[in-house]
Amino acid sequence: MNRSLRPLAATATIFVLAYLAAVSQHPGMLSTRVLGNFLTDNAFLGIAAVGMTFVIISGGIDLSVGAVIGFTTVLIAVLIMWVGLHPLVAFAIALAVSALFGACMGAAIHYLKVPSFIVTLAGMFLARGGASVLSPDSIGIKHEFYSTISKSYLLMPGGGRLTVIGGIMIAVFLFGIVLAHRTRFGSYVYALGGNETSAALMGVPVARTTIQIYMLSSTLAGLAGIVFSLYTSAGYSLSALGVELDAIAAVVIGGTLLTGGYGFVAGTFVGVMLQGLVQTYIVFDGSLSSWWTKIVIGALLFMFILLQRLVFTASAPSRKVLWKT
Amino acid sequence: MKRSGFSFLARPQFAALIAVLFINWLLFPGFFDITWQDGRLFGSLIDVLNRGAPVAILAIGMTAVIATKGVDLSVGAVMAISGAVAASLVVGGTASWIAVLAALGIGLACGLWNGMLVTVLDMQPIIATLVLMVAGRGLAQLITEGSIVTFSDPLLIFIGTGSFLGFPMPVVIAFVLLVGSTLAVRRTALGLLIEAVGVNRSAARFAGITSGALLLLVYAFAGFCAAVSGLIVAGDIRGADANNSGLWLELDAILAVVIGGTSLLGGRFSIPMSVLGAMIIQAMNTGILISGFSPEFNLVVKSGVIILILVLQSPLAARLFSRGHARPEPATAPRTTP
Repeated sequence: MNRSLRPLAATATIFVLAYLAAVSQHPGMLSTRVLGNFLTDNAFLGIAAVGMTFVIISGGIDLSVGAVIGFTTVLIAVLIMWVGLHPLVAFAIALAVSALFGACMGAAIHYLKVPSFIVTLAGMFLARGGASVLSPDSIGIKHEFYSTISKSYLLMPGGGRLTVIGGIMIAVFLFGIVLAHRTRFGSYVYALGGNETSAALMGVPVARTTIQIYMLSSTLAGLAGIVFSLYTSAGYSLSALGVELDAIAAVVIGGTLLTGGYGFVAGTFVGVMLQGLVQTYIVFDGSLSSWWTKIVIGALLFMFILLQRLVFTASAPSRKVLWKT
Repeated sequence: MKRSGFSFLARPQFAALIAVLFINWLLFPGFFDITWQDGRLFGSLIDVLNRGAPVAILAIGMTAVIATKGVDLSVGAVMAISGAVAASLVVGGTASWIAVLAALGIGLACGLWNGMLVTVLDMQPIIATLVLMVAGRGLAQLITEGSIVTFSDPLLIFIGTGSFLGFPMPVVIAFVLLVGSTLAVRRTALGLLIEAVGVNRSAARFAGITSGALLLLVYAFAGFCAAVSGLIVAGDIRGADANNSGLWLELDAILAVVIGGTSLLGGRFSIPMSVLGAMIIQAMNTGILISGFSPEFNLVVKSGVIILILVLQSPLAARLFSRGHARPEPATAPRTTP
């Protein structure tokens, strides 16, 4: 087997084994109903994680995604309930705002030569603060468009429901896979993550690509915010708190190297599903408390980082600095 | 290269703190009033020091970590763990000094775990500490069994709310840690070694520095500081809240270090400046609260400050600044024609 596919295979194997173990205890988990809920409940996380995958492959990090999701839900709620716009118009405005936000962060990272960590940290404060300034309270969204969306689904064999937002997540993942592996932008991202200097020497437009990467991440976070708003029918400035960490964890568990230059969008999908599995198992078990989710995800994270080290120390002993400058 | 002990008074950070305090005074004329009451000092200024102490203590540990080109994201979670351990032990009937030592020990152990991941397994610090950041809060909840453990232990409450020589205990603890760590890094070779590892870890190793042991020490110290901070926060509210204790404080601590002028790329660092940074953040927090804005507005102001600092520290500004130095007083020249 191709050596570079090993972490992906390892993640997928562990997911299948964990799923089988869970099914052996709770046979009810083996149904398309549970699978459909997996997709619906983790849709916003998955969409944000696709953007995060691109950022991490390029060697950066985006701490602002959770805050952008929160901001988008509030913005949409304000536009629909207070301004009276149609949800689709509100969605378009929200996507444009988040794209602009990401472009500004990318430009700051490139032109000011600051670590992405700090720029997106500022972005996180700005988006959360901006959302609270718009409305510190939760705003419920009542619109027939929302009820229509939440009622429509595709019936899968076995009674499972593929909801609209679950479908959006799958579409985003397919889009991400094509973008990463079949487009010029995708190869630029990998090149940047491998080594920025050599990428620039090879003719990669570093400035444009950096801005596009963070634009993509923020736009997808905006889309995740739309999905979150459809999922909860509300806008709240503190929603999706800490989602950036879940997204980073999903990306790492999916086999993407945090040093950049290597990773798979498909792996992130497995990472998201694995987190969903942990949560669903805890719900099914009933006796385990919710804090076990965090502990298990932390342990999984540790295991996968360890695994990556073992796989990669054998093949490529390259040392990289933590901060991209 | 010799600098006098008071050179920090000339730094822009000091001017920034004065400016923030001055604005606070404009908003609230009684800001600088300090009164003596029941054997301790009271006043907004003391309040800034007191409220800023937990972040200042975190920033002391974080400065050392960042100076080695690392970062510790887990300090907030370690705060929650240390508070949870101390609270659960005293509620279970353990002597309070043992509970305090146990909490500090747990903090050290968490720091050593981070240090092990960074040195032995050679992980990137941001990822190594992310593991504990994600799992730590879960562990803290496991210890408190999901509830807020309240206690009435006099020692723990004294750490959070007591006073010594008129100053609140958190301020005294922060001051002791500040002086102790500054002496340790400036009066011994420790600071030099930390800077050497931060600038170039392999070069430092080739120069004979046992960088592994040094990194372990630095992360353990950060964990220790986080545990102290966690004890203070728990003592302050007389309870261990695993969900909210130290939530997002790691970001405040990193921000304090950055405001203090320590580069995230490792190398030159200053612990007193980081503490000053923490005080600037807290003075802004207090200012926003007393001026009647909602606390959420704080985040917007904070992000504005980060952006300002980033622009000032960027190579772009440095180029403009050096050009300004080459031709002295370029700004005053056109002022001749009003």
